Amino acid sequence: MSIVYPIDSMKVHPSRAFAGYKSTAKRHPVKPLIIVPHTMSELTGPVYGHDAIRPGDEDLTAHGKTGEPLGERIVLHGYVLDEDARPVPDALVEIWQTNAAGRYIHVGEKHPAPLDPNFTGAGRALTDKDGHYKFVTIKPGAYPWGNHHNAWRPAHIHFSLFGRSFLSRLVTQMYFPGDPLLEYDPISQSVTDLKARARMICSFDLDNTVPEWALAYRFDIVLRGRDATPMEH
Amino acid sequence: MSGLTPSQTVGPWFAYGLTPNGQYDWSDLATGNLITPDVAGDRIRIEGVVSDGDGAPMPDAMIEIWQADGQGRLPVRGGNGATPNTSFKGFGRSPTDPKGLFWFDTVKPGAIAAPDGKPQAPHILVAVFARGLLTHLYTRLYFADEAANASDPILKLVPADRRDTLIAKKETRGGKTVYRFDIRIQGEGETVFFDV
Ligand SMILES: [Fe+2]
Repeated sequence: MSIVYPIDSMKVHPSRAFAGYKSTAKRHPVKPLIIVPHTMSELTGPVYGHDAIRPGDEDLTAHGKTGEPLGERIVLHGYVLDEDARPVPDALVEIWQTNAAGRYIHVGEKHPAPLDPNFTGAGRALTDKDGHYKFVTIKPGAYPWGNHHNAWRPAHIHFSLFGRSFLSRLVTQMYFPGDPLLEYDPISQSVTDLKARARMICSFDLDNTVPEWALAYRFDIVLRGRDATPMEH
Repeated sequence: MSGLTPSQTVGPWFAYGLTPNGQYDWSDLATGNLITPDVAGDRIRIEGVVSDGDGAPMPDAMIEIWQADGQGRLPVRGGNGATPNTSFKGFGRSPTDPKGLFWFDTVKPGAIAAPDGKPQAPHILVAVFARGLLTHLYTRLYFADEAANASDPILKLVPADRRDTLIAKKETRGGKTVYRFDIRIQGEGETVFFDV
């Protein structure tokens, strides 16, 4: 099976010049990007297998110094798929997020919300043969930012993924259903195709909610790449 | 057919998750040091400054590279005919520091073939992530001391007056070979980025 990476699929990504998100103004190229064919360099990518993951890396509630973090425990899981909706096994998934109070541990972050000594907010997982990954974490909080007056980011979890090649590399953010801040958030709104924007929102998953323990949310992710000779009818 | 999950900015606060580098209590997936004891090739350092449309350094960017070893072997996933490799990962990740500087300690890659079988000049794929950058950018790093640049099939697609932005300049510092590769996101001397 030979994988191709149609450039048309890339139209769902945000324009790098999105006026609502002010930092884009000086941080996007103004000269045209140059279209080039895919060589072996583009069609390959780093291999991160089980050696890249340590036991417990996928459980962000277990990284504390003295116990569990504060906040609402959640199971966050889903499937990593390609453009033909086939599973991508051995995809490396990295996440990072705020604690329940909306605070990152980053040294430069000054939001006056408390740090939680039992929460770092970073995790890592590898998809199995069905493309499935699973994290245990806590629900992150909203936080303010300086983009415009009274600007708040909706609660989100940052995702970074490696798929089958360097071309399937993806960095994105996952949002929660029903968040009233989404309507005012220029970063999520930079995705102008509404169906594509909806794909960044996880769904509540009652079937995988663990009784007496944690709610579950499901977030499926589609990476670049499809079969060069798809069977289409 | 399924639509892609859209890209979003890496934001300003990724360091503790993606580039902890000993500063945060988390393990590094990859750093700026690609050297493994068994890697084939000449040791080099690559460094550069990432700057914005005002020429101001960007202290909150992240650069990733993907490259072959000194013999042109990609430590590959997914077949495509490449040769299995050593413990060399071919992948590096560096944050920019407060002055916008990133660096990699690696080996100079060998030539690998283009789709038509002709050799490409030695090169490294570069991906740029940053706050304010909603979708990451791809570019390529070539080496100033390679005659093969003149016939490289990808460089040929770049307007001649802009090719220079893809060529890392060679310096020697304390007996070590350093290639300088500044990345200008916008404005004067804007780096060539690729739609791949
Ligand atoms: Fe964030």
